[in-house]
Amino acid sequence: MNRTSIAVLAASGLLASLPASAADADLNALRDEIRQLRDSYEQRIAALEARLAQAENQAGAAERSAREATVTASQKPASEAAFNPGIYAILSGTYTRLSQDPRHYSIGGFVPPGDEIGPRRRGFGVGESEIGLSANVDQLFRGQLTISLPPEGGGAEVEEAYIQTLGLGHGATLKAGRFLSGIGYLNGQHPHSWDFADAPLVYKAMLGGQLRNDGVQLKWLAPTDLMVELGAEMASGGPFPSTDRNSNGVTVGTLSAHLGGDIGVSSNWRAGVSLLATSPRDRAYDDTNAAGADVTNAISGRSRTWVADAVWKWAPNGNPTERNLVLQGEYFHRHESGSLAYDVNGAGLAGDYASRQSGFYAQAVYQFMPRWRIGYRYDRLDSGTTSIGLEKSGLLSAADFPVLASYRPQRNSLMLDWTPTEFSRLRLQFARDQSRPDATDNQLWLQYIVSLGAHGAHRY
Amino acid sequence: MRFLILVLASLLALPAQAALNVFATVPEWGALAREIGGDKVDVFTATGGLQDPHHIQARPSLIARARNADLLVATGAELEIGWLPLLQRESGNPRIQTGQPGLFEAARQVAMKDLPTRLDRAEGDIHPGGNPHIQTDPRNILAVGAALTERMAQLAPADASVYRANWKAFSERWQAAIARWEKQAAPLRGVPVVVQHKAFPYLEDWLGLKDVAALEPKPGVEASVAYLGTLLGRVAGAAPRMVLVAAYQSPQAAEWFGREAKVPVVVVPFTIGGNERAKDLFGLFDDTIDRLVGALK
Repeated sequence: MNRTSIAVLAASGLLASLPASAADADLNALRDEIRQLRDSYEQRIAALEARLAQAENQAGAAERSAREATVTASQKPASEAAFNPGIYAILSGTYTRLSQDPRHYSIGGFVPPGDEIGPRRRGFGVGESEIGLSANVDQLFRGQLTISLPPEGGGAEVEEAYIQTLGLGHGATLKAGRFLSGIGYLNGQHPHSWDFADAPLVYKAMLGGQLRNDGVQLKWLAPTDLMVELGAEMASGGPFPSTDRNSNGVTVGTLSAHLGGDIGVSSNWRAGVSLLATSPRDRAYDDTNAAGADVTNAISGRSRTWVADAVWKWAPNGNPTERNLVLQGEYFHRHESGSLAYDVNGAGLAGDYASRQSGFYAQAVYQFMPRWRIGYRYDRLDSGTTSIGLEKSGLLSAADFPVLASYRPQRNSLMLDWTPTEFSRLRLQFARDQSRPDATDNQLWLQYIVSLGAHGAHRY
Repeated sequence: MRFLILVLASLLALPAQAALNVFATVPEWGALAREIGGDKVDVFTATGGLQDPHHIQARPSLIARARNADLLVATGAELEIGWLPLLQRESGNPRIQTGQPGLFEAARQVAMKDLPTRLDRAEGDIHPGGNPHIQTDPRNILAVGAALTERMAQLAPADASVYRANWKAFSERWQAAIARWEKQAAPLRGVPVVVQHKAFPYLEDWLGLKDVAALEPKPGVEASVAYLGTLLGRVAGAAPRMVLVAAYQSPQAAEWFGREAKVPVVVVPFTIGGNERAKDLFGLFDDTIDRLVGALK
């Protein structure tokens, strides 16, 4: 309507500017009339425009209030439950086929820290179920509790229970409680996010699977574009390679330094060095002496483990959804010295003890199409030559310490997994495990791992 | 050891930067912060136009950048749920924690669409807070930008007048551009389209496109050929004119569907860096509208 009136006005304007020729008086009268007409139209247009602007404003306000209404409507009603922490559960199950008896599993040349290092059982079995709770405690702390339920029963185990600061500032974060140690690369990750069904041999032999500390951890990030992260932990208690000391002091200490960054858009990396220092007292292990009798020996002294880790990830354009490749490896070197007590429940002999052990794993995991990955891992350990005072002095012979006999275990693992969504994964894994000096174990796993509940963010 | 202490000391002694340090999770908010801040802002963008913002890892370089950020600009609505919480925790940076003014979530500034009525993971990758791909409607950019300007002004009061002046100039240009795009896109009103991922409800609402089907059977779940076949028959009656797919996604399903249904596949940049022309916010929409209108011919 506005447009039409403007056109009329324009036409009348044209008319008004026509050159005057005859009957000027008539024309002047006509011009006056048109001018009046134009003025009144202009006033009415201005009024209309004002009303339009007002209407638009009102519409805008209505839209805003509608938006606010939507936002309000989408909020949950207030209740106690609104502050519930994020809850998740991890379920896993396996079918395992082993050519050797898992009850006699051992890693040649290494003192096994317990019965958790080998494959659990043959046939069908459920893995450890894991339940996690996490939330911000308040503006200062965040809390995390992870409980694992071993399938054999025997009660729940506290995997992690820690608080972590949120606002210490200057790149520092303090953690206290029971937490996964920050040494190495894989140690900080939960088993359900590992790329293979089991831990690398070097983790089993040197850390008894994974190192958890009861203590405090301080991490500091440098204010640089290259990631520089330094960490230190102080802990007490007895996770392997340490032992419970009944002491007020710190019995486990770690230091770690990690660097990381990007190489172009498509790849990124992280590498670091860590040290784990502890002094075990009477760390017992079972062996069979030359006469074939079962004996319990114990090691006391100091233990230093160095870890070097590196990971490199590649994805075209940095978009890992389609294809990606991850190369990772870790090298461990452990030096222990002190004393070895032979047959602590019987003969009770003691002598010097020293060992230098090392090992590494290297793996490559390639996602060749969306949801499908294939991976290969090589494990190698070297027990070195253990120096045993009781053997050197001729009191006992090497045959009295078969577990400590020098050996180089190795293992090749191949896996294929399918990850239909972020919350589920099916895996097929085959391994040729030469951990035992006397036998090769051909292992086959079929495994599912799923997560329920809160969407956990996975570590790098 | 002495060397290490020297290195640490020199790192600590790095001069504090004068400009506001902004960490943007996705390119559109990085670009917006740059428009508002001009040279009074230092912007780092965590992802590129060819990356899926749902699936980014909290890689070392992001942790390092998040540590120094004064302001973290995220989409929110759980788009970055898989990596942002980890960045916040690992960064040791109190300024960007939840509840602090240094955390800005764009999705809080606009009316969300696709709010799920049922929360069940069997429904696919759904977001309880609504569809997070809000940047495809330029009117949302306006709402987010206005709020972001005030947040930046709050964090760096000394530069507040610069931010507000920059924002005023930008929003005027942006409004003029919206009018231009709307005029150009007028023929798109009511046009039936098929989308690969439910990523375009805001774009469809703005331009009046009619979304007749998504190629993904559930959000984030890839379609099988069998599923695409039945879908083809189901939407034939609706006569879709094109298939929309975002640049960061694999176009395979869309290409198959386009070939079978004999409709063009339109790969829209989706965000800045999605293609050559989408260098800034204006380029992003210039290119998107050109491609959509071009597909009608």
